Amino acid sequence: MKLTEIKAIFHNGLWKQNPGLVQLLGLCPLLAISNSAVNAISLGLATTLVMTLSSGAIAPIRSYVPNEIRIPVFVLIIAVLVTVVQYLMNAYMYGLFVVLGIFIPLIVTNCIVLARAESFASKNPPLASALDGMAMGLGLTTVLTVLGGVREIIGKGTLFSGIDLALGESTKSWVIHVIPDYHGFLLAILPPGAFIGLGLLIAGKNWLNLRAEAKTRNNQSSTPIVGEAVQG
Amino acid sequence: MKRIARSTLQTAINLAFFAVIGTAILAATFSLTHDAIESTIEAEKLKLISQIVPPNQYDNDILRDVKNLPADALLGTSAPTIAYIARLKEQPAAAIIEVVAREGYSGNIRLILAIRPNGELSGVRVLAHKETPGLGDYIDIGKSDWIKGFDGKSRITWGDAQWKVKKDGGQFDSMAGATITPRAVVKEVSQTLQYFALHRDELFAPTTVSASTHVTGDSK
Repeated sequence: MKLTEIKAIFHNGLWKQNPGLVQLLGLCPLLAISNSAVNAISLGLATTLVMTLSSGAIAPIRSYVPNEIRIPVFVLIIAVLVTVVQYLMNAYMYGLFVVLGIFIPLIVTNCIVLARAESFASKNPPLASALDGMAMGLGLTTVLTVLGGVREIIGKGTLFSGIDLALGESTKSWVIHVIPDYHGFLLAILPPGAFIGLGLLIAGKNWLNLRAEAKTRNNQSSTPIVGEAVQG
Repeated sequence: MKRIARSTLQTAINLAFFAVIGTAILAATFSLTHDAIESTIEAEKLKLISQIVPPNQYDNDILRDVKNLPADALLGTSAPTIAYIARLKEQPAAAIIEVVAREGYSGNIRLILAIRPNGELSGVRVLAHKETPGLGDYIDIGKSDWIKGFDGKSRITWGDAQWKVKKDGGQFDSMAGATITPRAVVKEVSQTLQYFALHRDELFAPTTVSASTHVTGDSK
């Protein structure tokens, strides 16, 4: 694999086709679990692991699966991998398993996982597919974490609360009280906070895109026109 | 016609093949992690017991001093469960009972309760639940201190009619937008106290070290 290919895959996953901001797939966990940074990172990484494995597993068998039954086979593979991850977490990372609860098995129903299996892994070699799964997963994790962090700060005035459940009692002091004596803003923690936060993040990304576009166009044309970005 | 039948069969075999492989992988993972999961859950349970019955309040081998409880509607159980009996100098200190609150928002909530001989709650904790993260999960000690509201309470503190969330005219707090979860927990705790009143003497009867308890002890 060429470096440019790998770069393109990661650029796609993290920015251009970001699952959370552009494809808008997998919103169920995105909106439900992004009420704190630790929850968001944990589920994001679990999803990334599943996506890397599932895309990597689907690519090598893609030519053996008849077209008519590819979806059930993909779902089967994803479900098996999620259950394996669930067993392993239950056995060796019990704290985290308890925190994420029902959202681990729900990774199966996260459409971004099947979407990458269908649109990328079923047409590309294993390594590229695994990288694509990982890049998409990391893209989702980034959005989840930013959203989770912002909602936690606004909603509870803390950052990384609950980290001791994931990494053990000794990390309890890592919790940052961003705003001391904060009484909390429940809206940010509740589902509407997720919608509003995600809307703002998407708007922010679009604004950055428009600005970049305007810049390149201005560089191309010798006479820059003020306000052109609005039409982009 | 024959061709269609053949390709259908081939597809079915193909799908069955993947299903068999998937099942095999799951079965292997299950048997590999089963012991680890069991011992993790057991260790977690002991940690929980130490939260609801301070270790200095008993001196017996709590994991071997057990009573088998048949399934009971008051306990919300549909299969036999085990009660752990804590004793200090041979005198009963607390009965630790696992129960199931059946009316949770998303399925059963497994609870563990410690009841002192006088019918007072020594403590309550949630063992497992599937309540909505960030909403109904405040019954979990890791999320909030709500469950500590049961400490020291008994049927003498409040009559059975008072064992409800405040919204239903009872004594227990609940968070706005998530009353189903605490309602289920309060109801089950109240029922367990009623069960305890009926079965107190059986629970605290001296445990004869029988073959069956040996097996329970050894399998840990």
